[in-house]
Amino acid sequence: MNVIEAIGLGKRYGSTWALRGCALAIPAGHVAALVGPNGAGKTTLLNLAVGLTAPTEGMVTVFDGWPAGSPAALDGIAFVAQDAPLYRNLSVADMLHLTRNLNRRFDQGYAEARLGQLGIPMGRRAGNLSGGQQAQLALTLALARRPRLLVLDEPMAMLDPLARHDFMAAVMAAVADGGVSVVLSSHVLAELERVADYLVLITSGSVQVAGEVDDLLACHRVLTGPAAEAGSYAQRLDVVNARRGGAQVHLLVRTNGRSGSAPPGWEEHPVSLEELALAYLREPGAAALPGPSRARAVEPAEVTNWQR
Amino acid sequence: MEVDKQIRPARNVAGAAPSGAGGEDAPAASRGAMSPIEFRLDPGSGVPTYLQLVQQVEHALRLGYLKPGDQLPKVRDVVASLAINPNTVLKAYRELETKGLAAGRPGQGTFIQATLNHVALPELTELRRSLLGWLATADATGLDEDGMVALFTSALRGFRERRGAASGDSESVA
Repeated sequence: MNVIEAIGLGKRYGSTWALRGCALAIPAGHVAALVGPNGAGKTTLLNLAVGLTAPTEGMVTVFDGWPAGSPAALDGIAFVAQDAPLYRNLSVADMLHLTRNLNRRFDQGYAEARLGQLGIPMGRRAGNLSGGQQAQLALTLALARRPRLLVLDEPMAMLDPLARHDFMAAVMAAVADGGVSVVLSSHVLAELERVADYLVLITSGSVQVAGEVDDLLACHRVLTGPAAEAGSYAQRLDVVNARRGGAQVHLLVRTNGRSGSAPPGWEEHPVSLEELALAYLREPGAAALPGPSRARAVEPAEVTNWQR
Repeated sequence: MEVDKQIRPARNVAGAAPSGAGGEDAPAASRGAMSPIEFRLDPGSGVPTYLQLVQQVEHALRLGYLKPGDQLPKVRDVVASLAINPNTVLKAYRELETKGLAAGRPGQGTFIQATLNHVALPELTELRRSLLGWLATADATGLDEDGMVALFTSALRGFRERRGAASGDSESVA
């Protein structure tokens, strides 16, 4: 099953296309990171997927075919927008009460227990909580709806390092508990490396790279060798990005699984997620996209197998 | 020693009487059986996260922190303490199962099944002595410490690749 699927998706604000020709299929059972520079269209894509805004062209569906924004789609998605929006003057208890009454499903016991564990007082106004506590409250409200898909837009931008860690640990624990899929956007690559197992790279309004992180890392290598030879090898190799010194050059190449593609005298290194993402972001013309068959379904057993 | 920082020795190993300071482990222990080890991550190492977990288990086996029958930390606990993807932990545990070091028990968790080959002390002493001899020769040749490390690492990698290629061939034949 695909949690989000987009075909020819576009969104125009005035005369500017925030997103155009976007094709995407994010399979269920993943923690998918939506990465891209500011203004690339991350928030637009997420807003379209959760039904907060309507596409100018194309379409986006969730859970294999439900139009974004339809009641069935809304019921399965929990969305935490940037900066964890809360009613600042409401108490924590009132925020729970409100969320429970605005949704068909709300696990009050879970929410209270989780807030208790976090030491967040029910009587305090949301606006008087620390940044980390506000993020945790917003996450608790989202998770208590028992969503199949949790969408987080820049969830950690305002948090200090400890609060970031605790927030992400809470999201990962929720994934381990019960097979919720997660799509989160961020421009902080380093903190995604450990959490994301699916990467969607978006630049200037379209999807540039999409795929499982392990697959992407397996089919890219950095080759280091003499700069003088780079030109001749660049013909044969699928070079994404080259970084040169006077004598030495680092080529980030797509090997597509062929190992040992390094020419004699060159060194071959594996890439990190951050290195890979940066290479593509530096080269908006390069793309690594799965064929249609790659958006394969994940067996439900795999999704729920995290209990142990 | 650096090792002590990496892997915290168990206080509440089954059968062992809890020491006086054992009380601080109570919150974790109250969830159920506590694993003798706790994982940590080194973000600067460049080693993939799942491999770091595998290596820490192997390390703990070599040093005796883990024994057959011991439980590895539960996936959810690892995830909640390190803020990493559950699939990463599962991948590490699958790798340990493939290596025959651990086995999953449905509904319970993953348990250590085998121990890594312990080389007896006399052999270790002998190996160490021959290594010291090699180091002295390298030093006399003018190689500095970094050079020795680089040479050893490169030779070890070559050795591993040759051995890997040899065993891979025999597997494909069989």
